[in-house]
Amino acid sequence: MSRGIVAYGVYLPYWRLVRARIAEALDLPATRGTRSVASYDEDATTMAVEAGLAALRAASGGTAPAELVVATTAPAYLDKTNAVTVHAALGLDRGSPAFDMNGAVRSGSAALRYAARAERPALAILSDCRNGLPGGAEERDGGDGAAAFLFAGGADVVAEQVAYAATTAEFLDRWRLPGEGASHLWEERFGESEYLPLAEEAITDALKQAGVTTTDVDHLVVTGSHARAVRAVQRGTGFRPAAVADDLTDLIGNAGAAHQGIALAGVLDIAAPGALVAAVTLADGAEATVFRVTNAIVGYRKRQHSSDAVSAQIAAGRTDLSYCRFLTWRDQLRREPPRRPEPSPPSAPPAARNQSWKFRFAACRCGVCGTRLVPPGRVCIACGATDRMIEESLAGVPGAVATFTVDRLAFTPNPPMVVAVIDFEGGGRFRCELTDVDPETVAIGDRVEMTFRKVSTTQGIHNYFWKARPARGGV
Amino acid sequence: MAARGIRDRVAIVGMGCTRFGERWDKGIDDLLIDAATEAFDSAGVAKDDVDAFWLGTMGSGISGLTLSRPLRLDYKPVTRVENMCATGSEAFRNACYAVASGAIDIAMAIGGEKLKDSGTSGLVIPSQPSDGTAPELTAPALFSLLAPAYEQKYGVSPEQFKEVMTRIAWKNHHNGSLNPRAQFRHEVTKETIARSPIVAGQLGIFDCSGVSDGAAAAVIVRSEDAYRYTDKPIFVKALSFVAGSATGTADPRYDYTTFPAVVRAGQNAYVEAGVEDPRAELAMAEVHDCFTPTELVLYEDLGFAQRGNGWREALAGAFDIDGELPVNPDGGLKAFGHPIGASGLRMLFECWLQLRGEAPPERTVKSIAAGRKLALTHNLGGAPGECVSFVSIVGSEPAL
Repeated sequence: MSRGIVAYGVYLPYWRLVRARIAEALDLPATRGTRSVASYDEDATTMAVEAGLAALRAASGGTAPAELVVATTAPAYLDKTNAVTVHAALGLDRGSPAFDMNGAVRSGSAALRYAARAERPALAILSDCRNGLPGGAEERDGGDGAAAFLFAGGADVVAEQVAYAATTAEFLDRWRLPGEGASHLWEERFGESEYLPLAEEAITDALKQAGVTTTDVDHLVVTGSHARAVRAVQRGTGFRPAAVADDLTDLIGNAGAAHQGIALAGVLDIAAPGALVAAVTLADGAEATVFRVTNAIVGYRKRQHSSDAVSAQIAAGRTDLSYCRFLTWRDQLRREPPRRPEPSPPSAPPAARNQSWKFRFAACRCGVCGTRLVPPGRVCIACGATDRMIEESLAGVPGAVATFTVDRLAFTPNPPMVVAVIDFEGGGRFRCELTDVDPETVAIGDRVEMTFRKVSTTQGIHNYFWKARPARGGV
Repeated sequence: MAARGIRDRVAIVGMGCTRFGERWDKGIDDLLIDAATEAFDSAGVAKDDVDAFWLGTMGSGISGLTLSRPLRLDYKPVTRVENMCATGSEAFRNACYAVASGAIDIAMAIGGEKLKDSGTSGLVIPSQPSDGTAPELTAPALFSLLAPAYEQKYGVSPEQFKEVMTRIAWKNHHNGSLNPRAQFRHEVTKETIARSPIVAGQLGIFDCSGVSDGAAAAVIVRSEDAYRYTDKPIFVKALSFVAGSATGTADPRYDYTTFPAVVRAGQNAYVEAGVEDPRAELAMAEVHDCFTPTELVLYEDLGFAQRGNGWREALAGAFDIDGELPVNPDGGLKAFGHPIGASGLRMLFECWLQLRGEAPPERTVKSIAAGRKLALTHNLGGAPGECVSFVSIVGSEPAL
């Protein structure tokens, strides 16, 4: 089998902002739909980790990523490579490179192209947080989320990449100066007139390479930063109307550099073996990629966790987020902080020394008596043996709430802080924050799973670590 | 326990204790000078008579200079100690051991803390550079973890538990209302306590001890010298301190309804003092009521009540000032606040007053008239599952 997608995963944050809430708050005409919202403790890096974990837990055991590339328009850091944080959290091999592709919406395509053409198994993660000014279309129509695709060759390929074509043109459609929080857009009819021929050319080229016609395509996924042009390409390029996939923007908004990945994953979730999938994306030009779904998709779906499916994540979204809380999370509403000192930023040397623990949630198990120790330590809490520990990651291990509290005094960007003592399946206990949770409904015995989050940002340093969230469900 | 202990080998012959509270008028220097001066006067000694000093403070200064500078001590040894919330008691323990060793004749243990200059709400513990993985929750949140666990284990409803917490706060505020040194000197109704704004979990503002400034001091000599200074010395029967292995936060067998370090410290102290039934033998106890659920668990950990029954005993008034075993007759941390380095010595100060019959009549525990002669102090520092604990037992007679 030639090279293609051997595993994929999507992460949609828990929260949705109902667009009508913006309209109510700002006395604007109501608009339909919802957008996905990264929580106060999420960013492009943490969502990339979640999408990467979803892909890796569904991947067959034989394929480990040997390269990593992460694309976003909302990098958590500049200068420092954000993909390195993802690399650490996914526990990738020290001998594998990790790169960022930052800034432009089109960077998502770059990451996919890199992974599709790499010599070794390569993981491309597209992750984005889209912001706009209050009351604007960018705020309303943007979205947050991430998608990860592991490319390799061999029998595990679930979607073989059979063609790729691109067109590129210089015109001013969407832009943003470094440091600006929102994009600028040119008058949209101009962009539509530019994009449509660029898309037509790329589609024609790709279908020709694949040796197929538009009517052979079973699923057409059109995404892009220009909603009007996306609709024009869906309708005006000769594909069967029944083949046009929902671009999901009504449900989750447009997740920028990540959106093409999320929409493609939504189609891979349902495509039949043998199906032909054309993915077209519009950003400063157009790209058309043709995939052939293989029989391996059947076995793949058995490994995929049901709660990881795009439709399941859309359905699980929580819609009671208030507009004021959304603005607070986006630093658009500066609230009075608690009269408590800000948390200290992590110190670089201990964070580096303890990186397996901090980034991968690697605990350990005593090689003498088998007791699990969280966080890892050198001396066993049960038998007292020293330096006999075996490392063991708990990132994917479920747990249950042993006891809990709601701290209304602690410093957190989203008070109150919910803290639980978690007992893990197979042993081990850890006290940590609960996130994506309703403080009123937490109970002893609740099942939880771990999630990679940004605990705080102080003195210009993001403190990444794991929290627990209510279990989303299993296989 | 220390393998042998120093039962009856040293005695307290003088004590001082400042008024606790938001002492905007006093710095740490003033508080230490006030407590030390009162203790010197109480023992009838001059500061130059004291051979060595142990100063407990968590964060109001570093090194012995924190004491020697304001007091202008004459080149005396001053040891600054810190052991979280047991800091003041740790100063006392080490001073007692120094006297018992024979190396010195007169020691002072002094503790003080100036918390109210920080400008923040609640207690702030200075932190070390870290990897940023420890959840930074507040002290009330850490101790509020006890409530759902206790309710679950003993079938106590959240409403019943709230009633117990309220009863404990109400009792300690009542006791504090009778104490001129307390931070809060008024009764608080149960309704006000129960309705106070929630801080963490089930804990309202009135379930938390306050943040205050204060200092307290004791003068310690060998028992055979004690009557040279006072007719009514208080003898040290037991000193017990343990640092827990802090496994509770990592070990699923820990159930958040007990402080194992307190159980161990209590057992060690009872052995050293020869106490078999603390409920029946102690005249009073000053325990570390940092939060109301803490005091409930302490009744059981220190053997004042059967496991799972402390809440009923509390509701029945067993630990009231006129109850069988008065707990925190001075008002406790609840009414005094918790200037970390001072609290352990403040507890001893109440034992000193009560055992010498010097507490005002309205606050005098009835158990002493009934013939009981022992008092207990207790601190814990840290949080459920990972704490240090101290227990002392002192008595009004040199040998039982």
